[in-house]
Amino acid sequence: MTDSRDFTASRRAFLGLAAGAGALALAGQGGPARAQLRTNAHIVILGAGAAGTALANRLAARLEGARITIVDGRAQHWYQPGFTLIAAGLKPADYSVSTTTEWLPDGVELKPEYAAEIDPEAKTVGLAGGETLSYDYLVVAPGLVLDWDAVEGFSLDMVGENGIGAVYAGPDYAAKTWAAMDRFTDEGGEAVFFRPATEMKCAGAPLKYTFLTDDYARRKGTRGATKITYAAHSGSLFAVPIVNEKVRMLYDERGFDVHYDHVLKSLDPGRKVLTFDTPEGATEIPFDFTNVIPPMRAPEVVRQSGLSWADRWVDQGWVEVDQHTLRHRRYPEVFAAGDVAGVPKGKTAASVKWQVPVVEEHLVAQIAGDTTDASYNGYTSCPLITRVGRAMLIEFDYNNDLVPSFPGVIAPLQELWISWLMKEVALKATYNAMLRGMA
Amino acid sequence: MEELTFTTLIAVFEEMFGRWLFWGMVVAAVAVTLLYVYVLIRDHSVSWRKFLLAQLAMPVGAVAAVIFVFAVTDSGLGDMGGPIDVIVLLGVAAAGAVGAAILVYTVQSLVAPPARET
Ligand SMILES: Cc1cc2nc3c(=O)[nH]c(=O)nc-3n(C[C@H](O)[C@H](O)[C@H](O)COP(=O)(O)OP(=O)(O)OC[C@H]3O[C@@H](n4cnc5c(N)ncnc54)[C@H](O)[C@@H]3O)c2cc1C
Repeated sequence: MTDSRDFTASRRAFLGLAAGAGALALAGQGGPARAQLRTNAHIVILGAGAAGTALANRLAARLEGARITIVDGRAQHWYQPGFTLIAAGLKPADYSVSTTTEWLPDGVELKPEYAAEIDPEAKTVGLAGGETLSYDYLVVAPGLVLDWDAVEGFSLDMVGENGIGAVYAGPDYAAKTWAAMDRFTDEGGEAVFFRPATEMKCAGAPLKYTFLTDDYARRKGTRGATKITYAAHSGSLFAVPIVNEKVRMLYDERGFDVHYDHVLKSLDPGRKVLTFDTPEGATEIPFDFTNVIPPMRAPEVVRQSGLSWADRWVDQGWVEVDQHTLRHRRYPEVFAAGDVAGVPKGKTAASVKWQVPVVEEHLVAQIAGDTTDASYNGYTSCPLITRVGRAMLIEFDYNNDLVPSFPGVIAPLQELWISWLMKEVALKATYNAMLRGMA
Repeated sequence: MEELTFTTLIAVFEEMFGRWLFWGMVVAAVAVTLLYVYVLIRDHSVSWRKFLLAQLAMPVGAVAAVIFVFAVTDSGLGDMGGPIDVIVLLGVAAAGAVGAAILVYTVQSLVAPPARET
């Protein structure tokens, strides 16, 4: 019970609370406040995907008077981590689709076409339409290309029929893959999964899709009639040893057949057979359902530009950058971010979130005639779904060390519901906030 | 995640629910809380009869919150994989319980204010 003296005190507290709520509302509206740097530099960003868009927003907020041009021929923006959820029947195809323009800030000019040529000596970028842009600073962020032609016998129009899936190909293909997986798990048969021997984006995705197919077969009671094979391209299932061991144990527990040193060569849709190159020669594995993941390479425009490593990943063409600063090793006004960067880890959207502030710091420091020790440590993350409702939140760096964001709270190698929530609920929101330069 | 600041968190929540729904929910939660504080101050005391009814709403709120979270995340009780999962689930239930209790108490007080004695 309160007397009237307490009443006044509580009323003051009450007003304070209301004021606090107001302040909270305001805090949500503003971005991170920082002093702006004046410059008239022209910055060209190639690619308005995860990395390019996030950088455009951050640089626009950070620089005053800079001319920022972003080049991307695709009108749609794709939230690619959502493809796995689409291919698991949990989200519709449009879950991953937005527009390129909606994420771009005022004052950043979009050239809605693809870059066709980069000349780092002349500091120019030629666009597909014929226009040539000169730059003071260039950020190369066009992602990677999926080399479907490298899989003999396969073409994208096969996806969705005859048990052929291709989760990576795009939102609509992911939805078609779900239709094929749904049909397959109704009856059972032989499912075969694999990954390419090149570097790839989200190396956990092929593993996740194997787990998800197993999960649906179990839920539908057809697991007994289903054989699941995983053909690893090397001697391990995952490049980080401690994660590899855990996945190996889980694969064993789930009853998957694992083959090592199997690299896909061709697919025969008529005979429903996959042919793999192995140290013992070509080996055929029959399939009733599969998820085709082709070799991945830097886009042609990058491979032709002379910006690629000459002695590493020669068949893939990733940009030759310092792995900590992401600055080009031969052209100091050129940076790479995202999947195209030639660094030993980091082809995930989560890595982009860590790379982008590093590029931003170095670029801004360079414009100001200053230096910075901002450094990218190789952070890469992958919520490794092990079934609908559970995942392992796996985060690691260049050293193959686990670098958990929530140490002691979310165990990295444990199948958890909270890690599933991260993937299903928090990841897209965090990604979008990152695109806006807010995360 | 690199660093989780308050603004990052707000930005993430805005994206999760959409800016209007998120701030709408914040305003609704704040409004109910303020109304609750208001009726407590107005009535000068806690009405134990109303509090009892509010308490009865708690299990309902807890169960409703858990069902809601499972439904929107395509998961269920069987997915609990470790202590942190149970803690988060209990947190969801507790939030649902407290929210329901406050709501029920406040609505009762607004609808049927106690007779003034003086
Ligand atoms: C199935 C799948 C699952 C994934 N799961 C996860 C996950 O769970 N967690 C995670 O963190 N990451 C995940 N990823 C990886 C993540 O999506 C990518 O790492 C991230 O999108 C890379 O960002 P980016 O900006 O480098 O490339 P992108 O986002 O691919 O953007 C590249 C942009 O460049 C444009 N472009 C291409 N060529 C040119 C050109 N010549 N000129 C101009 N523009 C060009 C493209 O149109 C595109 O818009 C997944 C990816 C896939 C496919």
